[in-house]
Amino acid sequence: MSQSNDTMAVTVPRELAVALLRDMVRIRRFEERCADLYGKQKIRGFLHLYIGEEAVAVGTIHALRADDAIVATYREHGHALTRGISAGAVMAEMYGKREGCSRGRGGSMHIFDAATRFYGGNAIVGGGLPLAVGLALADKMQDRRRVTAVFFGEGAVAEGAFHESLNLAALWKLPVAFCCENNFYAMGTAVSRSESQTDLCAKAGAFKVPTLKVNGMDVVAVYEAARQVTESVRRGDGPVFVEFQTYRYRAHSMLDPDLYRDKAEVEEWKKRGPIHNLTNRLKASGALTEEDFLALDTEASNEVGAAIAFAEAGTWEPLEDLARDVYTESAR
Amino acid sequence: MKMTYREAMRQALHDALSADPRVFLMGEDVGKYGGSYAVSKGFLDEFGPERIRDTPLSELAFVGAGIGAALGGMRPIVEVMTVNFSLLALDQIVNTAALYRHMSGGQFSVPVVIRMATGAGRQLAAQHSHSFENWYASVPGIKVVAPATIDDARGMLRQALADPDPVIVFEHALLYNVEGELSDEWRHADIRSAKILRPGRDVTICAYGGTVGKALEAAGELAAEGIEAEVVDLRVLRPLDDATVIASVRKTRRAVLVDEGWRSGSLAAEICARIMEQAFYDLDAPVARVCSEEVPMPYAKHLEDAALPQAAKVVAAVRRITGSGEFPSPAQ
Repeated sequence: MSQSNDTMAVTVPRELAVALLRDMVRIRRFEERCADLYGKQKIRGFLHLYIGEEAVAVGTIHALRADDAIVATYREHGHALTRGISAGAVMAEMYGKREGCSRGRGGSMHIFDAATRFYGGNAIVGGGLPLAVGLALADKMQDRRRVTAVFFGEGAVAEGAFHESLNLAALWKLPVAFCCENNFYAMGTAVSRSESQTDLCAKAGAFKVPTLKVNGMDVVAVYEAARQVTESVRRGDGPVFVEFQTYRYRAHSMLDPDLYRDKAEVEEWKKRGPIHNLTNRLKASGALTEEDFLALDTEASNEVGAAIAFAEAGTWEPLEDLARDVYTESAR
Repeated sequence: MKMTYREAMRQALHDALSADPRVFLMGEDVGKYGGSYAVSKGFLDEFGPERIRDTPLSELAFVGAGIGAALGGMRPIVEVMTVNFSLLALDQIVNTAALYRHMSGGQFSVPVVIRMATGAGRQLAAQHSHSFENWYASVPGIKVVAPATIDDARGMLRQALADPDPVIVFEHALLYNVEGELSDEWRHADIRSAKILRPGRDVTICAYGGTVGKALEAAGELAAEGIEAEVVDLRVLRPLDDATVIASVRKTRRAVLVDEGWRSGSLAAEICARIMEQAFYDLDAPVARVCSEEVPMPYAKHLEDAALPQAAKVVAAVRRITGSGEFPSPAQ
């Protein structure tokens, strides 16, 4: 674990730094309410919280352009919110309402949004990687300078899909940014208990894919790395693999008793929290006051409150529409 | 015009590649080798390596890449060498391609065509002789076709490519060398309906893919003894064309279902159930099935022959249920 950098200067413009902070706070407040709503059985099924890992999605997605594509995992609320999918549509999806971004068919793990090129929300570990390779292939074959950013945990690195996809993307020099969110635990299995080679960059390097290891708790570092990566990928230099080292503060899912981690380890990582890290740094440089932070925090809480109200007021899809969209023509 | 099934399929692919720049062919050995069944021989020189794309032996990744490319605006034809290897790509076909539209609330269609050879009969032993058409046909969200005739080999691909949803095309490996007359009918080939290949009044024989020829052969033999069998080529395995099958059974009042898959949970079982549901009171005899024996396909010729549906077994089944043979036995 690297040392705390609470006093390190923030190297991006103030406006951007505040935008990064704002999105991290939005995700945090959104998910805190999700946990609460899960307890109240408003949200059902599986719910995987991103709390602690916010810097990865926020820093990366701020470096993307509007026409780039995102392929995410089942722990994707943060990515969806950062991408600009409305908190109301995401919350309504978790409520299973028709106003949800996937009409209530997907729930927490299957957030989709064609308008922002958000291709899910995939609940099969590693399942998004081949899809991302294909999206990038389509861009390359149609001479479009777009990036496909695919997020996956370090658990996915054990899947065949990871190795096949990295090889294919490297072989065909496809514009994919492979964003590995290494939170060190695949559900309850520590990376050291599942990988013979725990240096994930070494695995990607074996496919001759350039690699980068980034402190995923520092949103500015994530953003700067993502800028560098997307530039190279967009230029046509082929795929890049980035390992973001991060940590989830909550259990794997709401059903996980979290018996496999040392509590001291969790507490240690919490000291490096991405939100207070950036807040402290901005305050230290005089770029942010406590009032600024409180205003931003209140704004986030209000947004989440409105999202919940929107979801509560949502409607149930009529049963006649059960089979709608199994096939394309059935929508007509 | 006389041609082989291989040539008909080759012309269909050639048409598709010529007509639409978004179409490309991707799979193992489709290019330099010329296609494992020589269907795409010469295509690499004509269309180039971008559109005749040899892949590594990574079924999961290249099938997933086909799905992604379809989402990215291309019209990929993915060739999985055989159904046996498609099991390595099952996750992408079922968990991504099939579910994508419904799970995203209708936001995305996946216009990918996945071709694969299927079936036994060439002494290739257990791992190279599967017929899993029924597995794929059980999944909502994909369409499954099994061209069995020269006309359908020539005509179905165009319809499959025009379809906005994933279509799996099963090509029985024993058909490639079969020669037949190409009629003008191929231009009207659809991917919705079953087809009566031989009209008859006494019994309906339903078959698909590699067993259609055996059904026709059986019908020929039966005609010699005065039994007029109606042969229905299912052609489309999902969605099943109940109407054609049921209308035929209502007319003949007897049915024999021929299926190269294993009997348990077979497509023949599904069709049998539909006949029970829709035409039970029209039947004069129990429905009979001629399927593969429930053993891994043996290598030795005499054992393989014994394990597969054969025309003689179809003839025997017809005799049993038409009262022209031994008394019907409920076990067979």
